Amino acid sequence: MAAKIKIATTSLAGCFGCHMSFLDIDERLLKLADVVEFDRSPLTDIEHCGPCDIGLIEGGVCNSENVHVLREFRANCKILVAVGACAINGGLPALRNFFKLEDCLLEAYQDGIGVDNPQIPNDPELPLLLDKVRPVHEIVKIDYFMPGCPPSADVFWSYLSALIEGRDPTLPYELVHYD
Amino acid sequence: MYEHLETADPALVAAGKLKRVAVDPVSRVEGHGKVTLLLDEDNKVQQARLHIVEFRGFEKFIQGRPYWELPVMVQRLCGICPVSHHLAAAKAIDQLVGVDPANLPPAADKLRRLLHFGQVLQSHALHFFHLSSPDLLFGFESEIGKRNVMAVLADYPDIGLQGVKLRKYGQEVIRMVSGKRIHGTGAIAGGMNKALTKEERDYLKQDIAQIVIWAQAALQLVTKVHTSHLPYYDNFATIRSKYLSLTKPNGALELYHGGIRVKDEQGETLVDHYDYCDYPELIREEVRSWTYMKFPYLTSLGKAEGWYRVGPLARVNNCDFIDTPQAEAARVEFKRHSGEAMVHSTLAFHWTRMIELLHCAESIQSLLDDPDLLSNDLVAKGEKRQEGIGVIEAPRGTLFHHYQIDENDIVTKANLIVSTTSNNTAMNESVRQVAAEYLSGRELTEPLLNNLEVAIRAYDPCLSCATHAVGKMPLQLELVDADGKLVDKLIRHSSGEFIHGSE
Repeated sequence: MAAKIKIATTSLAGCFGCHMSFLDIDERLLKLADVVEFDRSPLTDIEHCGPCDIGLIEGGVCNSENVHVLREFRANCKILVAVGACAINGGLPALRNFFKLEDCLLEAYQDGIGVDNPQIPNDPELPLLLDKVRPVHEIVKIDYFMPGCPPSADVFWSYLSALIEGRDPTLPYELVHYD
Repeated sequence: MYEHLETADPALVAAGKLKRVAVDPVSRVEGHGKVTLLLDEDNKVQQARLHIVEFRGFEKFIQGRPYWELPVMVQRLCGICPVSHHLAAAKAIDQLVGVDPANLPPAADKLRRLLHFGQVLQSHALHFFHLSSPDLLFGFESEIGKRNVMAVLADYPDIGLQGVKLRKYGQEVIRMVSGKRIHGTGAIAGGMNKALTKEERDYLKQDIAQIVIWAQAALQLVTKVHTSHLPYYDNFATIRSKYLSLTKPNGALELYHGGIRVKDEQGETLVDHYDYCDYPELIREEVRSWTYMKFPYLTSLGKAEGWYRVGPLARVNNCDFIDTPQAEAARVEFKRHSGEAMVHSTLAFHWTRMIELLHCAESIQSLLDDPDLLSNDLVAKGEKRQEGIGVIEAPRGTLFHHYQIDENDIVTKANLIVSTTSNNTAMNESVRQVAAEYLSGRELTEPLLNNLEVAIRAYDPCLSCATHAVGKMPLQLELVDADGKLVDKLIRHSSGEFIHGSE
């Protein structure tokens, strides 16, 4: 039996909707399991990505940990795919780019409804924030972009089938849209 | 009970005597979080914390947007329970256009309920089969390669495939009502944007009888797993807590709309039929320094005593009955199991989640026979208001959305208390219980550490939802550019003033 294709997935600053849409391939998961093995993914317990054939990145980049995880994926994945609106252009979380971080802080601490013990968490365990939410291609080289909010299950299936078979993925026009 | 493990003795930390062990990221949950332990020389756990490490800032950045965008925007909080956020926001903007829940057209009310039953059904199936079942079927300390849904599909193909199809059905209910499985549009201010067509209704009716049977099988599976591992399942990560949930006026389990009920550890009712619009008086949220997630508590009891749990365990514990027959029979069996008024077992979250899965399947079955679903009387109108509050029982528990708008219909203020945030103290208590009772003093191997995640997973935490908020950021912010170069530093001085640049 040929070695299985290794796939890693992660969610950065996203809502997990792209991972959910991937699971929306439903029964086709069984077919996929015949040819694919998952490395690091929210669906497995592997914490760090090892050498992989395909990496799928959901979500934009909003903090130093996201940068670190993204670079780890790039270093380990032969093909890296930006999945969904947040990875491709920052998506809805990038709306925070219209505000200064200070304004977010001040808003929350001075005016938050029902906030007790107001303070700004300050702990080495918390990653540092980027000034803006950024698309993944600004941090590392991306090989393919899978559009949608989220991309539909059929887009996932079409893309993954092509990549697994070593073809360039192409999408029919009706599958290329934001919503 | 285990709160002494929240913070280690500062003298030990300062002396550099403690070693750090991290589970990072916590896996098979939705979103980002990590657990850190501090251990002394004898591997005794001195500190255990669940940190939520991301923030997104919804409460700030939706300000300035017109209110009617809210149900579509805020469902991007979460790709797992987008419908719950969509509907909580819709219920809030109903109020903004002067429509109270009782005045919604029956067709709109029933379509929203159908949509939400689909949501809870798919989320509960996802959580049990795709995320948690490897722990329950292979064991908490099984090898890492087994602990995923693909291994479940390989070793238990029938169970795995039923899980996939249960979730698929819930997603199809959502797609028929809102046009898309994830981030569809259905609810608008005062009602719904379209009725169900007869074809859509008939499409869903084809499979529902089978879905009820599979939901019953899932419940039997989880009941068997739980009861065949007693007393371990009753004790693992278990903490005695208060419970908060919505109930119907007659005390029945309720997922879409009701009053707030709180019961204490002994099952005494502390609050009943409480108006959710008064939630700011009921609940406050404490900020702590080491996590981005706040700690809600009941104002009247204070932060030491006032924390509570939400979600399936809270709902099934709190309600007087369930208004669908098979789920009600399961509830009676569940309550009989503990011999106490309240079931406190943390792993019983899985059991109650499957009771609710069955309740959703039964409820969808009866709703699909309701002719109102095909009615085009879908939108009510009223007098404009400037404040709206929406509540719903999301899959993970009670969810509050609260908005204020100005005279130009622009959002000026927002507050969200998401379900997972309400379970923050409880999840930390459960983590500390496992750390103290099962891990302390042992050589910590990777499989052993999975026990911490099993405890967290029982709550089905949605860390995507929980990282929505602003207002929980580090004291010193370093702003780095895309290359990781420091571009600015923001420091909060003791005066409260923010300063750019160096210290």
